[in-house]
Amino acid sequence: MQSLWISRTGKIQPASFRAVRLVFFLLMLLSCGLWIGSNPLFAQANFYQDVFVQSRNRMVKIYGAGGFQGLEAYQTGCLISGEGHVLTVWSYVLDTNYITVVLDDGRRYEEAELVGADPRREIAILKIKGENFPHFDLSQSAQANVGSRVVAMSNLYGVATGNEPVSVQHGVVAAKAPLNARRGVFETPLQGDVYVLDAMTNNPGAAGGIVLNREGKLLGMLGKELRSTLNNTWLNYAIPFDSDFQETVELIKQGQYVPASIDPEAELPPYPLTLTSLGIELVPDVVQRTPPFIDFVYEGSSAAEAGLEPGDLIIFLDGQLIQSCKILQETIRRIDSTEDVSLTITRGNELLEFELSGSLLNTIGP
Amino acid sequence: MKRFAGWIVVLTVWLSWNLSTQAAAPEVLEAEAARVAVIQKAMPAVVAIFGGAGDGGGSGVLISPDGYALSNYHVTKPAGNAMKCGLPDGKLYDAVIVGIDPTGDVALVKLLGRDDFPYAEIADSDHVRVGDWTFAMGNPFLLATDFTPTVTYGIVSGIHRYQYPAGTLLEYADCIQVDASINPGNSGGPLFNAEGQLIGINGRGSFEKRGRVNVGVGYAITINQIQNFLGHLKSGRVVDHATLGARVGTSPDGQVIVTDILQSADAYRRGLRYGDEIVRFADRPIRTVNQMKNALGIFPKGWRIPLVYRRDGKRHRIFIRLEGVHRSGELQELLAGPRRPMMPQPKPDEEDEAPDPEMPAGHESSPMPEIAKAHYESKAGYANYYFNRLQQETVWQNFLQYGDFQNLRGNWNMTGSTDQGQPVVFDLETEQAIAMLPTGNANIPITVDLSAELRPLGSGGLLPALVIWKHLLTHGITEFGPLYYLGTAPLPEDDVRYHVLIGTYSRVEAHFYFHPETGQLVKLETFPEDDTDPCEVFFSDYAEVEGRSVPHRWEVYHADQRFGTYTFTDFHLEAQADYE
Repeated sequence: MQSLWISRTGKIQPASFRAVRLVFFLLMLLSCGLWIGSNPLFAQANFYQDVFVQSRNRMVKIYGAGGFQGLEAYQTGCLISGEGHVLTVWSYVLDTNYITVVLDDGRRYEEAELVGADPRREIAILKIKGENFPHFDLSQSAQANVGSRVVAMSNLYGVATGNEPVSVQHGVVAAKAPLNARRGVFETPLQGDVYVLDAMTNNPGAAGGIVLNREGKLLGMLGKELRSTLNNTWLNYAIPFDSDFQETVELIKQGQYVPASIDPEAELPPYPLTLTSLGIELVPDVVQRTPPFIDFVYEGSSAAEAGLEPGDLIIFLDGQLIQSCKILQETIRRIDSTEDVSLTITRGNELLEFELSGSLLNTIGP
Repeated sequence: MKRFAGWIVVLTVWLSWNLSTQAAAPEVLEAEAARVAVIQKAMPAVVAIFGGAGDGGGSGVLISPDGYALSNYHVTKPAGNAMKCGLPDGKLYDAVIVGIDPTGDVALVKLLGRDDFPYAEIADSDHVRVGDWTFAMGNPFLLATDFTPTVTYGIVSGIHRYQYPAGTLLEYADCIQVDASINPGNSGGPLFNAEGQLIGINGRGSFEKRGRVNVGVGYAITINQIQNFLGHLKSGRVVDHATLGARVGTSPDGQVIVTDILQSADAYRRGLRYGDEIVRFADRPIRTVNQMKNALGIFPKGWRIPLVYRRDGKRHRIFIRLEGVHRSGELQELLAGPRRPMMPQPKPDEEDEAPDPEMPAGHESSPMPEIAKAHYESKAGYANYYFNRLQQETVWQNFLQYGDFQNLRGNWNMTGSTDQGQPVVFDLETEQAIAMLPTGNANIPITVDLSAELRPLGSGGLLPALVIWKHLLTHGITEFGPLYYLGTAPLPEDDVRYHVLIGTYSRVEAHFYFHPETGQLVKLETFPEDDTDPCEVFFSDYAEVEGRSVPHRWEVYHADQRFGTYTFTDFHLEAQADYE
């Protein structure tokens, strides 16, 4: 239709009206833009019901640690494989051996296995025993543009229990932008773009929920509650299922980011390694699972030599997932002081690896 | 001309372009116009409720042209017995409290001064589905000084939600969860579906640490639950919710089983026992305790609801007369507790976590307007006894159209036969009542205590029931011990909502069921004692006897057993006996 009209106008060339025509042409273009901008389908069509019906049996409720001081002991997840892999947010809720997963039909799986987690993207994968679970296919994820209508599904406030379906909310992608990850504004190690939503989606318990588009295609995962320390507003956002995300999920499923496990029976080395001897001081360990951010690096230490800096977040030690300051301390205690260690940290958008030599340890330290 | 031809063509092109864009846009515009129309249609019935002195407040919605409006109990409680209600037409009306359901957080009020109020169209909220478009209207933050409601749009996030009681009373069972903004002041206001029909009353949100503003989770009491209570609310009473008289829990294999049962409960008399698995309640499948709480939470005390239980692999269907959640008088005690509104008027200069400011107490001292006074009557146990008296009289006047038995206080002799054709005779005399049945004869003296005269045996007291029936017909509703209008209730396998009058006569409590349309008496239940099975008499085949309508067929039941069915051919209803 468009091209037809334009070709017709092309036949007429009254030179004296060229300027006028130009104006009209621009007006036409403008009208055309308006037409494209206003999708006539959006107004009354209700895809929320369809998306809910298609997706509800892939959503799970997760119960774990917490339950005190405003830390809810529950969050949300979704099944991403027929073998029972559950995608959720990496959080304190998973910091227990007793993670319970409840399916949409009320089936209850106690002691779900934590397969692994990547704290950089706050991704955790759980596994429940069984097969032929209804599940999402992450590789079929879509991308959303700013202004797209989205559906969020989560067990916010723990409203649903047993076989009750999770809650559904509607909203619009308000922005796709990097989170301001500076410590002190939003307490998150999350890097890269997130979908910022105009709906009140990121409530207690909603983390690990999902955001879908109108066709029911996956867009992203609802992140943990984030409150700006600058203006006290809560942020509603989702972490996009982009190729990096999917790759990370695959790596975790393949066993790349296994959580560090502490064997309480194991014999401790007589001269154990310490963080201080490496030249690292962590942020104060104030909550159940304080992210192991480096607060201070001693001059001339092994850490300083390697190039570690205050603000770095330690996520892996010798390939093991480090869940908290506490776990890091405990893992270090089980390493002999003469050994070298490898640390993986995030700094800004970068993921960096460092080899720290224990041999320098005599030269520094209090 | 050629110059103009160019102009014309260009103009035509441009206009066509615009028309073609308009041709696409109309769908959007139509949808928008439809939505605007729906909101315009729904809006006139939305009420802004204020205390008697015009302070504090919340929202409500009109449901009938004579001014009945729904709101939350926690909205009307601080306002007292009279309140001011603003409508979107900008006018302020006086209103009185009618009935309250403190457990369900529902209040019925009546706006006064008109009989042509705009009112909301009511939908069947069982048809609400997750994902449905929905919109809330009301007066959040008491923004509207001209009473024009605020509209918030969203979708249904969940249905059949159970919210644990907040404090001692409020319990939101089977409610609708929405992501439309619900803020302080929205309480009591309507939730509409996309057609602008009323599906619920907004009353609660999940707030927790987020402060007292919308967090994308609001709850509405379903209109179907309120419909169950509406008859009771119109009675002007303080209405109670129901329990089974039994506790249920989840067994290790995920069944809902009876873990405790009161021996005094009707459920026990109907056969329910410890360990039975509950399969269905009110024709809803029951698989979790929450489903049971949801199914139970929508019914008022005293209704008879079907329950299916399984024992030893066998299913049993029974009708249970629901017990009250509260002991008699307990609700009143709880209500007399400290007054504390839940949705107060926020003060703009306070932080979001500000403590609840109480609705100013000035309204109590402000005098009740004359028009409200004329519609208010204080009585213990009632929110407003005026409406109970009104309903009693309405029901009775409707019944009187079938004949006046006032002058027939003499002997009543009724002759007929059983279904098997065997003859029966009933004599209701002034000193005694006699039944001559195929199973034998029975008679009772008419004394001030009929509760021990439960003859004929096995009937649960048919003769006392008939004495009371005759007393109602001949003496009317005023000559009872206490008599009150209960509200409306269905009967087993019968969804009609009957008007129920409850009266005590000669120590027997009688429940009279009147048909809502015909006004005819269709059933009588008599309870000689608390926690016993009544004698149930169904009256039908009404036909005229000397200008009065008399039931020619009676069906008598007791404790789930049919005692007898009688068809009558002769009625001799005598005037005042000589010696009286």
